[in-house]
Amino acid sequence: MIAALIGLPLLGATVLLLGGRRTNAWGHFLAVAMSAASFVLGLFLFIQMAGKSEEEREVGQHLFDWISVGSFQVPFGLHLDQLSIVFVLLITGVGTLIHVYSIGYMEHDPNRRKFFAYLNLFVAAMLLLVLADNYFLLYVGWEGVGLASYLLISFYQQKPTAAAAGKKAFIVNRVGDVGLSLAIMLMFVTFGTVTFEGVDAAVASGSSSTVTWIGLALLLAACGKSAQFPLQSWLLDAMEGPTPVSALIHAATMVTAGVYLIVRAHSIFDLSEAARTAVVIVGAITLLLGAFIGLAKDDIKKGLAGSTMSQIGYMVLAAGLGPVGYVFAIFHLLTHGMFKAGLFLGAGSVMHGMHDDVNMRHYGALRTMMKVTYVTFGLGFLAIIGVPPFAGFWSKDEIIYVAFSQSFIIGMATLLGAGVTAFYMTRMMAMTFFGEARWQDDVHPHESPAVMTIPMIVLAFGSVFGGVAMLFVGDIEHWLEPVTGYAKPENSVSHSVLIPITIAVVLAGALFAWMRYGRRPVPVVAPTDVRFLTRAARADAYGDSLNEAVFMRPGQYLTRSLTWFDSKAIDGLVSGLAASIGGLSARGRRLQNGYARSYALTMLGGAVLIALVLLLVRL
Amino acid sequence: MNPNNYLILAAILFTIGAYGVLVRRNAIIVFMSVELMLNAANLAFVAAARNTGTLDGLVVAFFVMVVAAAEVVVGLAIIVTIFRTRRSASIDEASLMKY
Repeated sequence: MIAALIGLPLLGATVLLLGGRRTNAWGHFLAVAMSAASFVLGLFLFIQMAGKSEEEREVGQHLFDWISVGSFQVPFGLHLDQLSIVFVLLITGVGTLIHVYSIGYMEHDPNRRKFFAYLNLFVAAMLLLVLADNYFLLYVGWEGVGLASYLLISFYQQKPTAAAAGKKAFIVNRVGDVGLSLAIMLMFVTFGTVTFEGVDAAVASGSSSTVTWIGLALLLAACGKSAQFPLQSWLLDAMEGPTPVSALIHAATMVTAGVYLIVRAHSIFDLSEAARTAVVIVGAITLLLGAFIGLAKDDIKKGLAGSTMSQIGYMVLAAGLGPVGYVFAIFHLLTHGMFKAGLFLGAGSVMHGMHDDVNMRHYGALRTMMKVTYVTFGLGFLAIIGVPPFAGFWSKDEIIYVAFSQSFIIGMATLLGAGVTAFYMTRMMAMTFFGEARWQDDVHPHESPAVMTIPMIVLAFGSVFGGVAMLFVGDIEHWLEPVTGYAKPENSVSHSVLIPITIAVVLAGALFAWMRYGRRPVPVVAPTDVRFLTRAARADAYGDSLNEAVFMRPGQYLTRSLTWFDSKAIDGLVSGLAASIGGLSARGRRLQNGYARSYALTMLGGAVLIALVLLLVRL
Repeated sequence: MNPNNYLILAAILFTIGAYGVLVRRNAIIVFMSVELMLNAANLAFVAAARNTGTLDGLVVAFFVMVVAAAEVVVGLAIIVTIFRTRRSASIDEASLMKY
């Protein structure tokens, strides 16, 4: 049953990739059907799980022994518990909606079948990631989603920027993957096992420094996959991919895999204060950095990408706070999955109507032209900035509350982040849907077809009711508690004080943005005489320049000098030896001159020499 | 008779043969010089055999004669063939097999 969850989309991807052009006509329907079937199966498993008592909810499926070498045992086993099932529902649910949306969005693309094959491949890999019952198998899913992400970012492979963005994402992710493989090796060396169950049971036996190192290696992995500081630079470029990809992979699911990893490895982080602190710091930095980048972006998708970084920063921060935060990290992940996917689909719908123009300075006044997009995007906007009772309010407020319970500075960072989020999202709303029309010539905005708007409407429902449903109906703290553990935070500031403050900060941010971008006309060409901070935010906070200066250039110097050393010193030595032996032989060859008499003389000389030696030895 | 005289004669004959091989260009002369060297060696063997009263030297001398006869057959045939094709018996001109 659990294997079928992964098997269905994998089958879809296989059929579409091997079937070739024959499947062009119906390939996208197959992909949607496979993803939807997986969702229905997940829903069935979820209902089944909810019906059981708390102790029996965790189920496993051992498929076969994958690796069995001496004491190194890795089963190919799947594991469905309260944590994985919510991920299954998010991945297949949002995934199916985005599959449906893509039918419309990719309608005129000649490679639509390939696109759907990759989407199905992604869903299968992501499900493997969350259903694996050991870190080794998780690694397979981890690499699988990385591959799908690479293929989909560089989907418009005829564009050099898209090809470069795909490579960049792949390479930056490699850095994180080194962390994951180091963590797995350390786990095996220390605990002798890599299964979740085994590591959880044995973790207390490890020395505290080893556990901290494993935690830090896992954090590095999470940073790569979830675009956290200092490995954040790939996510903004990843927006080169088609918009549904940005919605599914780079907003709702894959980039949150790092949060899943940290929560899944909570037994390690529970024991290591230092690793947790590192996680919190990374989360806080990214949360502010992402929001800062989002402030100045004119590209609607890059603005949303900065916002994704920032929101995942919230999740990572919450996960780093320990048992008080794990469930809220997951809670924010789920609500974010819904509203951010909805926002991206809305952005895609706007682009669809604007000839694939992503520059918000060319938008404006679209609320009358695209009513459905406007309303769904607006609901997502209210959810992300955290207006009650929309989904984002509940999850973000919980994180701010928990953050204040642990440290005042961290709490202030989350509060500041909420204000900045409100600012850049209001700016985005104002520039896109309000103000005067700044459309380019021969652009005629129009609403997208129903196949695209229906997924947006469904996700808008999620953005409105998702938070309330999960918090009050689903009781998410107690649902996840058996897996992740949960501790009630002891807080000096109560909810009743914090909520009005948060709302006030959010409203202040939104109002400030409205004054600047809603009330005043927006210039069509971005002004260049701007302050340093704006320039920094436009340049992604100089993340790329830093990487270039610190890693790329020294790396190129290193490779160049190594190439020089190789071609001059090593090759010189080897070729020099060969050349000298060759030259010597060429001279030795001259002895074979063809004159029989000279051979005879040589023979005579040799014989005389031997005779002389014999005589000398005898004497 | 002093056996040393035989050995000295053999040495003289061998030297004449070696000299002929090294300095003459005509293949026939070179060939004859080779025969002279072989027979010088034979003379030394036979003298040694007489001197020690054993048969070993005589046996080797017979072997050398047989080999020399065989060599004459093959060698003369080659020389004749070369002479027919090149109209010359000079061994310096037959120096095609080289580097």
